[in-house]
Amino acid sequence: MKIKQLSLFLENNPGALSRPVRLLAQAGHNILTLSIADTSQFGILRLILRDWEAARDLLEKNGLVVKVTDLVAVGVNDRPGGLAEVLEVVEKAGLNVEYVYALTEKRDGRAILAFRFADPDAALRMLQQHGVNVLAGTDPLAGAEA
Amino acid sequence: MKMPVNPRFHPASAPDYLPRGQRQLLQWQRLQGMVQRAYDHVSLFRERMQGLGMTPQDVRSLEDVPKLPCMLKKDLLEHYPYGLFASPMKDIVRLHASTGTTGKPIVVAYTQEDLQVWANVMVRSFSACGLHAGDIIQNAYGYGMFTGGLGAHYGAEALGATVIPISGGNTQRQLMVMKDFGATAICCTPSYFLHLIEQAPELGFNLRDLPLRTGVFGAEPWTEAMRQRIEAESGIKAYDIYGLSEIIGPGVAMECRCQAGAHIFEDWFYPEIIDLKTGQPLPDGEEGELVLTTLGKQAMPMIRYRTRDITALTSEPCECGRTLRRIQRIGRRSDDMFIIRGVNVYPSQIETALLRVEGTLPHYQIILTREKGLDEVEVQVEVTREVFGDTVGALQQVQRQLGKSIETLTGLRFKTRLVQPQTIQRSEGKAKRVVDRRQM
Repeated sequence: MKIKQLSLFLENNPGALSRPVRLLAQAGHNILTLSIADTSQFGILRLILRDWEAARDLLEKNGLVVKVTDLVAVGVNDRPGGLAEVLEVVEKAGLNVEYVYALTEKRDGRAILAFRFADPDAALRMLQQHGVNVLAGTDPLAGAEA
Repeated sequence: MKMPVNPRFHPASAPDYLPRGQRQLLQWQRLQGMVQRAYDHVSLFRERMQGLGMTPQDVRSLEDVPKLPCMLKKDLLEHYPYGLFASPMKDIVRLHASTGTTGKPIVVAYTQEDLQVWANVMVRSFSACGLHAGDIIQNAYGYGMFTGGLGAHYGAEALGATVIPISGGNTQRQLMVMKDFGATAICCTPSYFLHLIEQAPELGFNLRDLPLRTGVFGAEPWTEAMRQRIEAESGIKAYDIYGLSEIIGPGVAMECRCQAGAHIFEDWFYPEIIDLKTGQPLPDGEEGELVLTTLGKQAMPMIRYRTRDITALTSEPCECGRTLRRIQRIGRRSDDMFIIRGVNVYPSQIETALLRVEGTLPHYQIILTREKGLDEVEVQVEVTREVFGDTVGALQQVQRQLGKSIETLTGLRFKTRLVQPQTIQRSEGKAKRVVDRRQM
């Protein structure tokens, strides 16, 4: 399953993060997970939200640059070696992980990791072929807010 | 004779099509009157002529123009406010002033006749880009002391168009009026129009969906890249109008629908191009400083006024049929230039460099600072959706490319900084491209 992620360009200065977060809060969007990549000059805020289309429109209307990317959601056994097993498959399949971060919720006792691959569709196929627990269903985050 | 191609040909445009020889006769006739007038009534000019051992009678043909003394912006400042007027106050019906960047403004004056000349060249300007009676022209140049507002206003009225005298500023209102009044043309600075394009979606519409089809843009240097961006994003045709208060205001030169350089209204403004270093006249096609002589200005004749604008003249025939020579787009002014580590840099070079990387022109600003006695330049560039990658590496790559492109064009290594969209201040007048924070 692919999940939509919104990436925002932020300058590295006080208040840069709070502006988009406040905009989302005012419009009633709950952030399911976030991650930040930063350098001394700028940062990229990555967000997963349920109603990502409305959230994107809202942020763009307020002058922010937003990019939508597909991530691959994978259930990982929550025990030592759980992630290593998945990465072994990733490595064998020759997939390059651009970045990865964990969602705040678990599913069926498994941690959910969101992977960013250069080609998410190819990665998805490859992982499924190798029996990795890629989250299925139309809404992998249905239970995430519960 | 080749007939004008514009089906809505305005009679005021007739002199645009004069054969060159006839125009030169007209120029010569007017020049003699102008030199005599300045000599009789402007002491500065008379003293300079005397200093050169010249009288008006020594000007025997247009070829003698380069022998005449030049006038500079400094002269206007030093003779503030009325020192260069050639008419008594009872004949002067209008004053305008340009905001100098420091201190006192420069003041310019018009007689009734001068205003008629101004309206005439503005009619010809509007007509050149296809405007006519029936057009609804939103005049977003500032009304007041600045020549842009009233110059465009009276020209548009004389053309027979409907004028919306909205003046500058108040973006939301500009957009509302543009949409509700069905404006078909707008006059403003190109950077302000870009601001309007950006703001329209916030009011729930796109400029493409309005009847607006023509933009008459001037009062600041702009580039072909800006034109392409304006035309692509708004669906209008963007035309360059050139002018300066010292000469008359807007309407010194204007692009026709061929968009291939601005035709100088040579029957009223005699152009020369001179070498920046030697001051010697250059032939057509060569780049140098534009020098203009007014041929009909009664209140304040300007003889060989050095505009500081860098351009070239072309006498190649234009497809529109006008025989007026054209000036190349003015991308730079000799005084916009800044000197960094001994190298002359023009904002237009930075613009070209950014364009090469991004494909379209982003908003940018050049910040000059001095650290430990060393000049530093930082080019701040707003991140656009087109270049925003989702990874740090992708953004750093863009930043590197921008730096490299600038280095290729200027030979200098500048810092580049990506900034959030709409954080660089938009001006409602001239775009402020260079911010000099150096403490000299």
